[in-house]
Amino acid sequence: MEILKNIESIRNDFPILNTKVNGNQLIYFDNAATSQTPSCVINSISDYYKNLNSNIHRGVHKLSQLATERYEESRKKFKEHFNARSTSEIIFTPGTTHSINLISNGFTEFVNEGDEIIVSQLEHHSNIVPWQMLCEKTGAIMKVIPMNEKGELDISKFSALLGNKTKVVFVNHVSNALGTVNPIETIIKKSHEAGAAVLIDGAQAAPHFEIDVRKLDVDFYVCSAHKLCGPTGVGVLYGKKEWLEKLPPYQGGGEMIDQVSFEKSTYAELPNKFEAGTPNISGVIASGIGLDYINKLGLENIKEYEDYLLDYATSKLEEIDGIKIYGESKAKVSVISFNIAKIHPYDIGSVIDNLGIAVRTGHHCAQPIMDYFNIPGTIRISFSFYNTTEEINILIDALKRASKMLS
Amino acid sequence: MKISNIQNKIVEEFDIFDTWIDKYEYLIELGKSVPKISEENKKEENIIKGCQSKVWLHAKKQDGLVKFYADSDAIITKGIISLLIRTFSNQKPSDIINADTDFIDKIGLRQHLSANRANGLNNMIKKIKFYAIAFSKKR
Repeated sequence: MEILKNIESIRNDFPILNTKVNGNQLIYFDNAATSQTPSCVINSISDYYKNLNSNIHRGVHKLSQLATERYEESRKKFKEHFNARSTSEIIFTPGTTHSINLISNGFTEFVNEGDEIIVSQLEHHSNIVPWQMLCEKTGAIMKVIPMNEKGELDISKFSALLGNKTKVVFVNHVSNALGTVNPIETIIKKSHEAGAAVLIDGAQAAPHFEIDVRKLDVDFYVCSAHKLCGPTGVGVLYGKKEWLEKLPPYQGGGEMIDQVSFEKSTYAELPNKFEAGTPNISGVIASGIGLDYINKLGLENIKEYEDYLLDYATSKLEEIDGIKIYGESKAKVSVISFNIAKIHPYDIGSVIDNLGIAVRTGHHCAQPIMDYFNIPGTIRISFSFYNTTEEINILIDALKRASKMLS
Repeated sequence: MKISNIQNKIVEEFDIFDTWIDKYEYLIELGKSVPKISEENKKEENIIKGCQSKVWLHAKKQDGLVKFYADSDAIITKGIISLLIRTFSNQKPSDIINADTDFIDKIGLRQHLSANRANGLNNMIKKIKFYAIAFSKKR
């Protein structure tokens, strides 16, 4: 396994992995929340402010031109990574949540009272709340693809929900709470047959495998750079040109305009139409560096290694008394949500935090899933390519210790 | 006992324990003897906001003193609210309102509580003080 062979040198690329937390070596198992940052990305941000800082797209001086080139180079990287037709189909936003709000805001023009939009029971709140707001504004009706006890979507019920009133379908590619990989190819095909547009939330998918937006024929695909070894504050929104041209701008201001007068303003072409104001320039440039880092390792290698960690951790967890794992789909990424007996997840998370182990506890911004299982939350561990089986062993011991303490 | 004396006693008790794990175990133990809130008072309005676990807190005034009752579905939170009740229950409203609340830091627990739980802690203290203010206005 490529990654395993080079694990030491990979870990050395991430300075934070040497941090101590509460006197213990950090064991970072919260990658679904945000991934850690390699030195090349950290240095990129620092270099930008030392050598390049300049506003982009508008200056005639050298630094401004260089900064613009680097910014647009990043856009090209993401265009190629997702196999979009053109760079005008790649919009940089502050994050996935912002991207989803941008799209749902745009859809208020196309959705009328009585129209239907379909969401899934596995969604993150960022892919529920903006659409609820849209329904409140427009009088549209929200329908929900149900989940089953394995944490998968019931696709047979999805077909029954589709109809000629369906305008948009939005589903996450991978569930952040459970790690389930959803059959989006089928969802996209069926939605298009019914005449509906499809938005896929790829925040949890993009770090784990290749995404080809043209092969998927998806209308919108969104993800966040900070889960792809990039800095926080940068989202990547892919939209088919035809859709992005139809959608109205989300924010007005500089950069997204063509001509401005008090009588009327006209808007810029794509992608600038959706990038109002001064963007997170250093963040976007650094995000491209983060993407390069991941592609150098190779997503196939990353998936292979993460699957290995997932299998290892799952089998070790199953040895713990009273363990209950949520999310048992055959198609999963390296995320495991679980509880131990009747112990509140927050108690476990708190105790093992004292041992330097970072996990996420709670509802993971997916309260509908917790309601389905009738639990207050779970402990979630999520691995990345710099985690190791040694770390998993330490976690298992810590969980056993915590469980004994809290029983 | 005066509130400040109770607080000093609690800090002394926790001082006996060197490691965070022993302190946590003692806290868990204390949680077992929290004056239990009645089932009918486990209502939405009695839930303390800002805690990841559910914490219910209710109070009544008896013979001029405020008595607190609580429960939680998480063990460590139960221990924390139990500590607070031990400090502030059976006290006059005015004494509760004027009391210091930094003794939790002296136990050395705040650093071991994640930000969420620390927020919950502040909200627990706030609610206790609000009850005291409300009761100080009632006869």
